[in-house]
Amino acid sequence: MKSYLRPYVLRLVLIWLAAMIGIGASITLPLISEQVIDGPVLHGDQGALLPLGLVALGVGAVEAFMIFFRRWVQIKPVLGLETAIRDDLYEHLQRLPMGFHGDWQSGQLLSRATTDLSTIRRFLGFGMLFLVMNILQLITVTVLLLNKYWPLGLLVAASAVPIVVVSLRFEKRYIRISRQVQDQQGDLATLVEESAIGIRTIKAFGRRHHVFDNYDEAALKVYGSSLDKVRLSAKFFAFLGLIPNVTLALVLLLGSLAVGSGSLTLGGLVAFTTLMLQLVWPIASLGHILAMAQEAMTSADRVMEVMDTVPAIESGDRTIDTPRGHLRFEGVGFSFPGSDEPVLHDVWLDVRPGETVAIVGATGSGKTTLTALVPRLIDPTEGRITIDGQDVRDLTLPALRSVVATAFEEPTLFSMSVRENLTLGRLDATEEELAAAIQTAQAMFVYDLPWGLDTRIGEQGLSLSGGQRQRLALARAVLSKPRILVLDDTLSALDVETEALVEEALRHVLREATGIVVAHRASTVLLADKVALLRDGTITHVGRHNELLAEVPEYRELLAQDADFDPSEGALR
Amino acid sequence: MTTATTTWRGVASEEQDELPEKVSVLLRARSRRLLGDLLSPYKKSIAWLTTVIVISNAAGLAIPYLVKVGIDEGIPPMLHGGGPATMLTVVGVILAAAVTQAVTRQAFLRLSGRIGQSILLELRRRVFDHFQRLSLSFHEKYTSGRVISRLTSDVEAIAELLQAGFDGLVTAVLTMIGTAVLLLVLDVHLGLVALVPLPILLLFTRWFRRQSAIVYRRTRETVALVIVHFVESMTGIRAVQAFRREPRNQEIFKELNDGYRGANASSMQLIAVFMPGIKLIGNITVGGVLIYGAYLAFNQEVTVGVLAAFLLYLRQFYEPMQEISQFYNTLQSAGAALEKLSGVLEEEPDVPEPRDPQPLPQGRARGKVRFEDVRFAYVEEMPILPNLDLTIPAGQSVALVGATGAGKTTLAKLISRFYDPTGGRVLLDGVDLRTLDEPTLRQAVVMVTQENFLFSGTVADNIRFGRPEATERQIREAAKAIGAHDFISALPEGYDTEVGKRGGRMSAGQRQLVAFARAFLADPAVLILDEATSSLDVPSERLVQRALRTILADRTALIIAHRLSTVEIADRVLVMDRGEIVEDGPPDQLIAASGRFAGLHQAWLDSLS
Ligand SMILES: Nc1ncnc2c1ncn2[C@@H]1O[C@H](COP(=O)(O)OP(=O)(O)OP(=O)(O)O)[C@@H](O)[C@H]1O
Ligand SMILES: Nc1ncnc2c1ncn2[C@@H]1O[C@H](COP(=O)(O)OP(=O)(O)OP(=O)(O)O)[C@@H](O)[C@H]1O
Ligand SMILES: [Mg+2]
Ligand SMILES: [Mg+2]
Repeated sequence: MKSYLRPYVLRLVLIWLAAMIGIGASITLPLISEQVIDGPVLHGDQGALLPLGLVALGVGAVEAFMIFFRRWVQIKPVLGLETAIRDDLYEHLQRLPMGFHGDWQSGQLLSRATTDLSTIRRFLGFGMLFLVMNILQLITVTVLLLNKYWPLGLLVAASAVPIVVVSLRFEKRYIRISRQVQDQQGDLATLVEESAIGIRTIKAFGRRHHVFDNYDEAALKVYGSSLDKVRLSAKFFAFLGLIPNVTLALVLLLGSLAVGSGSLTLGGLVAFTTLMLQLVWPIASLGHILAMAQEAMTSADRVMEVMDTVPAIESGDRTIDTPRGHLRFEGVGFSFPGSDEPVLHDVWLDVRPGETVAIVGATGSGKTTLTALVPRLIDPTEGRITIDGQDVRDLTLPALRSVVATAFEEPTLFSMSVRENLTLGRLDATEEELAAAIQTAQAMFVYDLPWGLDTRIGEQGLSLSGGQRQRLALARAVLSKPRILVLDDTLSALDVETEALVEEALRHVLREATGIVVAHRASTVLLADKVALLRDGTITHVGRHNELLAEVPEYRELLAQDADFDPSEGALR
Repeated sequence: MTTATTTWRGVASEEQDELPEKVSVLLRARSRRLLGDLLSPYKKSIAWLTTVIVISNAAGLAIPYLVKVGIDEGIPPMLHGGGPATMLTVVGVILAAAVTQAVTRQAFLRLSGRIGQSILLELRRRVFDHFQRLSLSFHEKYTSGRVISRLTSDVEAIAELLQAGFDGLVTAVLTMIGTAVLLLVLDVHLGLVALVPLPILLLFTRWFRRQSAIVYRRTRETVALVIVHFVESMTGIRAVQAFRREPRNQEIFKELNDGYRGANASSMQLIAVFMPGIKLIGNITVGGVLIYGAYLAFNQEVTVGVLAAFLLYLRQFYEPMQEISQFYNTLQSAGAALEKLSGVLEEEPDVPEPRDPQPLPQGRARGKVRFEDVRFAYVEEMPILPNLDLTIPAGQSVALVGATGAGKTTLAKLISRFYDPTGGRVLLDGVDLRTLDEPTLRQAVVMVTQENFLFSGTVADNIRFGRPEATERQIREAAKAIGAHDFISALPEGYDTEVGKRGGRMSAGQRQLVAFARAFLADPAVLILDEATSSLDVPSERLVQRALRTILADRTALIIAHRLSTVEIADRVLVMDRGEIVEDGPPDQLIAASGRFAGLHQAWLDSLS
């Protein structure tokens, strides 16, 4: 937090200076009034009135100007801080690995990046200064009171004791509740997000009410906790209003006794009570400001929770100048955090430069997990993966990820122009390269879109057909001209004819690059030079398609459409 | 950099970055209507609230006055040996007033807090529900990020007003009014002088309101852009990281974030002028009254005591002004948010619910689907379905095949009434879909979409989504029927395993199986499967097909698939090309003929070897 404020030290000093002068002015003003009444008015000294009056006006103007100055100057640091933290939070989130994003609901992340940061901004821009100024004002006035007549001043000072005690108790409870509310709001945001992104599914099943009920339940939770918060603060605020008034009554009583006994003048008592009335507002508004401070602190905690998460996947420090694309899995094992059963174990696989391997395995056997290990979207829990003999963990992430490109099983597109989606991994691609990648993926449909390559495709590409999305994702992977190209079941949404065309084109691309092709269909497997069969979490067989088909029954079962298929059940052959 | 950001977004047919906005007066009227509507159930409570707050403020204001009385009336008797009786009474009254104030203030805070939270809850419910009612084409243009921004950031802007602002504003306004009255009572002459700057104050406030309406609208819009980008990059984080998109994303985010900062800066600049402006007016008034009052005091037109009290009250009059301007600020911010929300609420669904829904003949769906001269286009110039005539008799299983982008999914979405056709009608059992009410339609027609979406929750929760009232056993049966039971039981916690955010802890094939089980559980008369088995391995696909034979026996089905293995269970095959049905007939007949399907089928057979 401190480092965010460093660039603004001068401004901060100015702000505090302006605040001090402002307070000084606001305390001086009533004193001048007193002077006017005690001096010119009582003594009928008309001549002194005008100068004093003008001084009062001048001081008033200074006070206003100081407020303006302070507010104007603070804009930069306050917003600068908020913006910088948000930028950094975003940057940090982009760095945090898939594992983190899988565990964290995005609503929770979003509420940190927006609500929490605004809360902090509001406190810094308004609350913090007021808090300090209020307290300063309280102290100054109390000191003045002590100066005027110390026994009563002492009484006023003593009234701070219950305030402090109760404030501390309040703080503890308030922090708990406000944290609860903020977390629940994050959950609410998550539900909203799901309801918006999953709108097709909700509509397909007509589950509007069901989804609404879930949301309502969460909204009611927020409602309940917010009410708790309201109750707690109502009690506290009312208490803060009570204390100064009770003190005032006591001061009046004791003061009048003191006047009676002659140790205090009547004018002294009037001045004393007048000054004391100035304590009422600052104390009463202390409640709001303290609550705000608590909330800002809770928010800062929530933000720091994310910022303090160390990315589990750290960049190495080596690069490969001219990668050949020799990929090796050496005894690789992987288990998801929190599960004791490994998804992968003892995976050994050697893919020579330019070679293409098909990974074949049943649904849920770990193919996608295996491919995610290469660009280090996840890190193996055992063994290592090397590219050209270098452990991928020693490479810098940008270097590694420019060697490997993946076309995911889910296309993962963004609501930006087609061009931007395609050049995701290579902003500097030329038009020719773009055209070639589009050709390879048979994605020529993009030219027919209303604005061609500049057409914005809908969120997650959902204004395209399933096959169109998949081909865009494929073109994107091809465009980045990787040494190692990973295709995770990327032809599943294509019709047979288009698939054949894409396969034909991909053959050329794969001749140049090392390839990993995840496949459920024989036609895709044929893209590869050899096939690795993934079973029970490890690679059990590696060989040519025909060999495996002939020798390995499990393989045959997985790929041959007619394996143990009872003709009476309607097989086509 | 600016050019970069304007182009990355690309061009869309209809810029619906924000809802169309006409005149700002109209907007204010719209949000005022919403506000009135939200407040109307609390008329009684608000009356109560007013009473309580008036008492509270009266008590609060009485205290300085009582102090003055105490000094003026209580002390002289004590000085003259008369004893402290009067003083004690006054002190007692002060204490009573203080307690009254505290009690009523607490009551006020609680009551107003409850009303505020209830309004907020109601607002959340309404907006959420309305978003769910709005059609798919709306959501496609509006994007989820904006939905989220409306329901989080905008609602919170209003929450802030209701939590802190409301209380402060009302208290401050009442304090001011009460003080103004006291000022006038204390001395009419001086009081009128003190109130002279009021018109200036009002003019100034009006200026602020005008300016801030514009500025705050901008903050709402810019924050929405930040949220949209944030949500999208987090949703697609896998691709972002794998393709080293981070620096570019950061650049874009920075720019959007700076835009938001700019809007916020404008609003803070406005307040930076507004607040001290008010202070200045207040201080000048105090100074003026001081001089003028002193002048009057010379002429014995006011007493010194009155002047002192007057100055005291005058300060008290302007003190809350600071509060008011601070809260006025939250009010404006909330106003801008309310404007956005009321805009959403006034958006009419373009796939509307019928006014007087028609029942299905015989009360329940039999599943006959008919397209009559149906035309459809997402974008006006580019018709996807030029003219479609098609009848699917009840109980028939139809396979729909064709090149990618041919319009298969579009046809299916029309049966599910995700969209309404631009021309012609779609009928279910002879009834136009547009005249069926939502529950009837959704019960009759269920579609497994190409992009199957799982909600966070357990596997069982996700299957149950197909029929919320289903029992555990029915859920298991459904999973068993389509061959998903084995893999689910093998999960660490079986049916109670969390699927993770968007089903992220399942493999692609597993997600499809769960989505399939969900549709099976829903048990509709018309089942639409859009590429529902594309990510499955061959044995699982075969299991599903086996199950389909039984499942589809007594219902209408539309199966879209590229793997022609699915087609063999169909009674009829439709081949689609560029939005038109080019071949139609039973599978064997089409295979035997030498048309497109025969070609497709041969290509598929070749691909299997
Ligand atoms: N984030 C996760 N946490 C826990 N388990 C997971 C997670 N992601 C996947 N799994 C489990 O790991 C196994 C392997 O998943 P993976 O996605 O690698 O399968 P796959 O071989 O790609 O399957 P498919 O062919 O269906 O895509 C599955 O059983 C899945 O349930
Ligand atoms: N929401 C949308 N907005 C605009 N255009 C769309 C939208 N959805 C689809 N399209 C366009 O309509 C055409 C038909 O799409 P549709 O999804 O019906 O194809 P499909 O036959 O299902 O293809 P696939 O086999 O690839 O899924 C495509 O050119 C597509 O780009
Ligand atoms: Mg997979
Ligand atoms: Mg489709």
